[in-house]
Amino acid sequence: MIAKKRFAVPFIIWIIAGTVIPLASIAYYGFTSRSGGFTFANITAMFQHDHMQALGLSLLLALISTVICLVLAFPMAMVLRGSKYGKQGFLIFVIILPMWMNFLLRTMAWQVLLERQGVINSILVAMGLPRQEMMNTPGAIVLGMVYDFLPFMILPIYNTVSKIDNHLIEASYDLGASRVKTFTSVVLPLSVPGIVSGVTMVFIPALTTFVISNMLGGGKINLIGNIIEQEFTVNSNWYLGSGLSLVMMVFIIASMLLLQKFDKTGGENLI
Amino acid sequence: MRKIFGRVYVVIIMLFLYLPILALIVLSFNEAKSMSVWKGFSLRWYEELFHSKLMVQAIANTFSIAILAALIATIIGTLAVLGLAAMKPRTETVLMGFNNIPMLNADIVTGIALMLFFLMFHWPRGYLTVLFSHTVFCIPYVILSVKPRLNKNTDKLFEAALDLGASERYAFRKIVLPELRPGIMSGFLLSFTMSVDDFIITYFTRGAGINTISTLIYSQVKVGIRPSLFALSTIVFVTALVVLVAVNLRQKRIDAKQAY
Repeated sequence: MIAKKRFAVPFIIWIIAGTVIPLASIAYYGFTSRSGGFTFANITAMFQHDHMQALGLSLLLALISTVICLVLAFPMAMVLRGSKYGKQGFLIFVIILPMWMNFLLRTMAWQVLLERQGVINSILVAMGLPRQEMMNTPGAIVLGMVYDFLPFMILPIYNTVSKIDNHLIEASYDLGASRVKTFTSVVLPLSVPGIVSGVTMVFIPALTTFVISNMLGGGKINLIGNIIEQEFTVNSNWYLGSGLSLVMMVFIIASMLLLQKFDKTGGENLI
Repeated sequence: MRKIFGRVYVVIIMLFLYLPILALIVLSFNEAKSMSVWKGFSLRWYEELFHSKLMVQAIANTFSIAILAALIATIIGTLAVLGLAAMKPRTETVLMGFNNIPMLNADIVTGIALMLFFLMFHWPRGYLTVLFSHTVFCIPYVILSVKPRLNKNTDKLFEAALDLGASERYAFRKIVLPELRPGIMSGFLLSFTMSVDDFIITYFTRGAGINTISTLIYSQVKVGIRPSLFALSTIVFVTALVVLVAVNLRQKRIDAKQAY
């Protein structure tokens, strides 16, 4: 046997020091008050008006972005599936390339386009149209999320639809099913694993982001990620920050469980 | 009809993906500081970028952390794959569950979790805490890349080599390593890109004194966008383009060779 249990020792140390203890410390701080006693106050703080508003807005914007990504990605994945081998490689290359650019720079690009003195407004003015206030709106944040996360939706969906056997689709036509029927009864059910991994890969980062809302919301629109980030970096209230993170993690875990239910490949779609 | 729709659709998505980047590239050569007036071609923002000591330091930090983190993660991850194979299926499943956590978890949670860990154990935040954190989120990718390469056949060949008198070390180098190599390589490269690209976890685990490219961009954007960041965008984009083209061409050559 090449395999020896002791080879996994550094890995287990890393899991304990890098994952188990750090996550346990969020739980510890989340249930501890500033004076050191046990409390639920950091958890129930989520029900405060500001926090509820931020959580609600995060869920809403993350949901909208995820739906837009899904609607944009599915036809793209189908086009990819239908194209010839060489062209397919080129298209995948073109979709992956922006992912290699730092996502802060990609988000900044939208700031440059949308700003009051930005590119789109100067084009509008040159055409004799009035300036638009596009920055610091929820719409700008959604746009940023869709732009940053779209490839994460396209690739997993493409991975599953490309494996759908053409014979199944032909059989469906031969048996008299219409295009729509074939899509809803054959293609769509077979692409569920890809859709689910795409949805989690877009929904979780969109729900928890503080960068996109900070850059395109101008610090005026608070998402739950912004609230948590500020508790840690500005207010140094780790107790409250941890408590709110624990509540946020409920949503993350729910999406993970959903992923596990549908995706039996053990996370291979995620790479 | 369908074909035309497909073509138009692809073009629209491409425009959506690339127009913003194109805007940055054009503006990086603009003499004026403004984002709306073109005042003529200039390389002054590239000059400003490379004269910034902060930026040069950040670039050095980003790449040294990425190389070290990818290296450490590759070694620990590859060893872990060999270790996991010797364990009971149940133990293996549990450990793989833990392995997937940093990959599936939101980066902000991983970031603050590690930050609290460093604070609790009074580990002053700086280069080393960032490096450690990067190894934490890189290891899962290495394991998921290497694990599928290890199969029953590898084990038999290894045993055969031992029976034929090879030392364990020699058999490992000649039999096991070549089998795992593609997985190890892709694990390393994946880790490297994840590390270079990371902002959120670095943001929470770095001290005040150290910057990577990402954290520096973030602090500069907060103060006000300077065109030197457009120059940086152009360089990053062109580098990514060149690297990806090179990788693709190499892959094509390998595919062509295997076709014989």
